[in-house]
Amino acid sequence: MLVERNDPMLPRWYRIQHRREELANTFTVTLEPQDHEDIPVFDCGQFNMLYVFGVGEIPISISGDPAHPAPLIHTIRAVGNVSNGLQGLKSGALIGVRGPFGTPWPLALAEGKDLLLIAGGLGLAPLRSVMYHVIAHRKAYGRVTLLYGARTPEDMLYRQECEHWRAHLDLDVAVTVDRATESWRGSVGVVTRLIAHALFDPAKTLAFVCGPEVMMRFCAQELEKCRVPGEQIFISMERNMKCAIGFCGHCQYGPFFICKDGPVLPYYQVKDLLRKREI
Amino acid sequence: MHSSPSINDQLIMQCEQFEQLLQRLQQREYHVLGPTVRNQAIVYDTLTSIADLPKGYTDEQDGGSYRLKQRHDDAFFGYAVGPHSWKQFLHPPITRIWRAKRDGSSFHIAKEDKGIPKYAFIGVRSCELHAIAIQDRVFLQGACTDPGYQERRQDLFIVAINCGQAGGTCFCASMQTGPRATFGYDLALTEIVDTRQHFFVVHIGTELGAEMMDGLVCQQASPDDLQRDEQIVACTAQTMGRQMATSPVELKGLLARNLEHPRWEEVAGRCLSCTNCTMVCPTCFCTTVEDVIDLAGEETERVRKWDSCFNLDFSYLYGGSVRASAKSRYRQWMTHKLSTWYDQFGSSGCVGCGRCITWCPVAIDITEEVRAIYDSEQKE
Repeated sequence: MLVERNDPMLPRWYRIQHRREELANTFTVTLEPQDHEDIPVFDCGQFNMLYVFGVGEIPISISGDPAHPAPLIHTIRAVGNVSNGLQGLKSGALIGVRGPFGTPWPLALAEGKDLLLIAGGLGLAPLRSVMYHVIAHRKAYGRVTLLYGARTPEDMLYRQECEHWRAHLDLDVAVTVDRATESWRGSVGVVTRLIAHALFDPAKTLAFVCGPEVMMRFCAQELEKCRVPGEQIFISMERNMKCAIGFCGHCQYGPFFICKDGPVLPYYQVKDLLRKREI
Repeated sequence: MHSSPSINDQLIMQCEQFEQLLQRLQQREYHVLGPTVRNQAIVYDTLTSIADLPKGYTDEQDGGSYRLKQRHDDAFFGYAVGPHSWKQFLHPPITRIWRAKRDGSSFHIAKEDKGIPKYAFIGVRSCELHAIAIQDRVFLQGACTDPGYQERRQDLFIVAINCGQAGGTCFCASMQTGPRATFGYDLALTEIVDTRQHFFVVHIGTELGAEMMDGLVCQQASPDDLQRDEQIVACTAQTMGRQMATSPVELKGLLARNLEHPRWEEVAGRCLSCTNCTMVCPTCFCTTVEDVIDLAGEETERVRKWDSCFNLDFSYLYGGSVRASAKSRYRQWMTHKLSTWYDQFGSSGCVGCGRCITWCPVAIDITEEVRAIYDSEQKE
């Protein structure tokens, strides 16, 4: 059946090509459209609305390589009705996809500058796209640093890829865990502590921070202490969303609609809001 | 000699011609909607003739209180706005977005293609014209447009009414949104009624409005008629039951500066989070989307419903609500309406219609809440 593409609320059906269990309750799906037409190009940091038949729809950031939009790649943690529904689907199952939506990471602004990527927990998923892009265009950037904090060594997302990135001589990758296990020989502590040890020129650095709100707030404060101007810090926000096109009102954060003004927002614009509770 | 009316003409229309205008709209296949009495309130529903209008009725409104009363004359529009607003037609409370059917390992999706009627709204107040313009900015003037809203909106015919009486909770004069209709109508009426006569001054706003008036037996309005029209609306502006403490533009900054004002805690102690204010508000546009699935799990419908920022689920994010306290939810509603709406859509989201005051079961008054915060700043 032909589907009109002009209604932004109509999804396209995608088939789950492959599933990979990343962590307990966290998995990655690769998706191909059922109609075999092109997958829309996306920018690093954008998200799609993923729909499970009869259950509902949630926003999930795209964690694949923007240079190769096919297949579509999403990493999902099962925490609610829809994500649990997604977890129950096997390879071959169909899901609805709308998107991509949202304001991406400002990669063009970062060209010629040092780039500091700071991820907490699942916040690495939307930054993995940035890593792919940066590695493919390595000469366009100065020093590139990834700081990644996970709760425990078992909670490290994309561990093999992190190890692979750390092997690059032109990338600085530092990992820390909140709680070590017996076999862990790496750094222990919150990710903010890694910032002071990273090598970057604060005046000409762009920082992309993604993780829980409290983590992003403390990272941004630490970055400002290290003299990175607030205008050069970007965070990726998360809110309840029903439409992703600015109509449903659910994702409001002060004056912003996270679905269209975000999810990536300049820190200086939300600095005051982040300090307030229940905005 | 008969000459065809044109834009900006001001005519005198008797009740008989008003009836003819309604019939003419119906003949042109408009679904004619307007105020009518139901369940002891003035609501918006289908009009078949002017006899369906709340003739001889008025209302008494105050915080948490609405009562219909008889007037001493036969005015058709001698009351303020009731619990309904026009958004129920342009942005319906429940719409099916699409439905899908499982077919083996695949799904068939069908877009909602129910015919949308051509609406004519009779008796649209100035505050409501502003509210429609505000929802136009939300649904039509952003990066994405809402195709359903656009379809319902594009063929709309609007007969506005200049208010001849202010309600007890009205404050459009202080929101600069009324009581005179100044844009966005095809025809605007001012009702003139006394012991000797009962007629309307008709202001023609569009070519289509002129066309609808063409052939109805109407005289040009005299300077005396126009002066009475002016006096009636001026009197309405001076008798508003409520007033905002400061101008709409000032409200933006006032609330943005006071996100942690103690008044939010105080009002939260009274607020029931019942969502009435958001349901009756003519500009509140928030919705949720739900799946309605059949028992066999073979067919599902995606249904869009009005939602409210007062609901806990509204801000649900993995495991809890971002706005768990009533204080934060009331603050979200009021700061959005009066402050961040400017950032998002370039105007206030409040039109001063007073519905949120009248229909609040505990009589929370947005003008009083603003005044409390405003006064505390004046004392500093």
